[in-house]
Amino acid sequence: MTVLRVDELSVSAGGQSLVRDVSFQIGAGERVGLIGESGSGKTLTASSVLGLLPDGLHATGSVRLGEQELLGASERTLSRLRGMEISMVFQEPMTALNPSMRVGSQVAEPMLLHGTRPDRRAARSAAVELFDSVRLPDPEGTARAYPHQLSGGQRQRVLLAIALANDPALLICDEPTTALDVTVQAQILALILAATRERDTALLFITHDLAVVASVCERVLVMLDGEIIESGGTREVLSSPRHEYTGKLLAASDLEAR
Amino acid sequence: MALAQRSRNASLLAGGTLVGLVVLAALVSFGWTPHDPLRVEATDRLLGPTGRYVFGTDRFGRDVASQLLVGARSTLYVGVVAVGLAALVGTPLGILAGMSRRWLGEFVMRANDLVLAFPALLLAIMFGAVFGAGTLTAMIAIGIATVPSFARIARSGTLQVMSTEYVLAARAAGRSPAFIARRHVLPNIAGLVIVQCSVSFAIAVLAEAALSFLGFGTRPPTPSWGRMLQESQELLAVEPRLALIPGIAIALAVLGFNLLGDGLRDRFDPRLEAYR
Repeated sequence: MTVLRVDELSVSAGGQSLVRDVSFQIGAGERVGLIGESGSGKTLTASSVLGLLPDGLHATGSVRLGEQELLGASERTLSRLRGMEISMVFQEPMTALNPSMRVGSQVAEPMLLHGTRPDRRAARSAAVELFDSVRLPDPEGTARAYPHQLSGGQRQRVLLAIALANDPALLICDEPTTALDVTVQAQILALILAATRERDTALLFITHDLAVVASVCERVLVMLDGEIIESGGTREVLSSPRHEYTGKLLAASDLEAR
Repeated sequence: MALAQRSRNASLLAGGTLVGLVVLAALVSFGWTPHDPLRVEATDRLLGPTGRYVFGTDRFGRDVASQLLVGARSTLYVGVVAVGLAALVGTPLGILAGMSRRWLGEFVMRANDLVLAFPALLLAIMFGAVFGAGTLTAMIAIGIATVPSFARIARSGTLQVMSTEYVLAARAAGRSPAFIARRHVLPNIAGLVIVQCSVSFAIAVLAEAALSFLGFGTRPPTPSWGRMLQESQELLAVEPRLALIPGIAIALAVLGFNLLGDGLRDRFDPRLEAYR
């Protein structure tokens, strides 16, 4: 079953085109990587899916979530879907959490907002369960903690718990491990894998780290200057790239000796 | 680091103690003063400190210590009125300016600059001339003149909070601006606002003293530290004690509020959070 279908998506600012004719699909439970250098249009593509393009940018084409067309949908429709059917894990776990709110309430928030739990108490206990499922130590105590009392990896687990709170059909991760060190990175990736498998969630994973793509994604899309220049199974693309740029990306990541 | 931490705690402690003393003096004065602060005792004029009058008497024979205690009330009163007004008006204005569309934000901030252009004391004297001199008039004027500093601080804090992803997420989820202001912005700029309060408090206390000294503040016979200073000016050469005692009280109160503000800032600064 196709969860997300993007057809000929283009994003432009004024006369300048930033993303051109991007088309792809993600099925339920499928994990797709979107790779490319900074400025290649990865994040803009994800923002178009969420309907969160910055002011002044304009998207054309079609983005369908199940049967629902998202491009041009009303803000009300979109806000019902965000955090419910589509969730996002941000890059920087520091600024993605409100420093003056206990993390338990922040996880309860999307459940109360979308009415998936009847009251605050039920949402709170669901939050504690979620903390347990993202393997945060002492879930009860963590729920009462403020973000500054948690480490970077723990904060990213909290963000994942928020994103998973309403069992979304599609999870978008925008470089979720860039700000973390390598060992914590591996734990978070394993967690994202396990969580999406368990819930049969479609995953769109944005990164510039090929090693991460190789360990998480089944399929990969390579973007360059706003266009998808190559796509296919992760193994094929990474082992025998057809496009020159993909080869360069691979060579560059080898040089970093991961 | 331990040393830095100790000095932070020290300024909070010292500031808290000094401010606490002022509050205590004001509270005590409601129930008890050594003498009636308003009673004129012709035979006891200009007495030096004795067992009967701890700080002596003024030129009307009134007890200085009692006046000092009752004067603490005026000091706190002016602080609460002026700072309360400035914080309650300035903070929402700043949040509004930080959250709204560009032209509205610009409009609020330029109006802010307009108020900022008036010196606080001048505004207070103007108000005194128009509405009649009095503590409340003076403090409303000082409060209005202090609004811009709160609006500025609140706006810069708000802009910072508005650029974070948790606010983006709240907006994306369709939360109303009022909800975001209450739930996300206000708690995160509260530290800034509280610190601004303590600094403005010190400024208001000084302003009250200055205005009373000029005759635009607290009306006689209500005792106030500023008025005690004013009344002492003719006797400065003969009895410097009469100027020194309220002067020291004002200096200590202002120092106390400043230290308290410093200490609070360090407590609320999230960047220092990790070192605690």
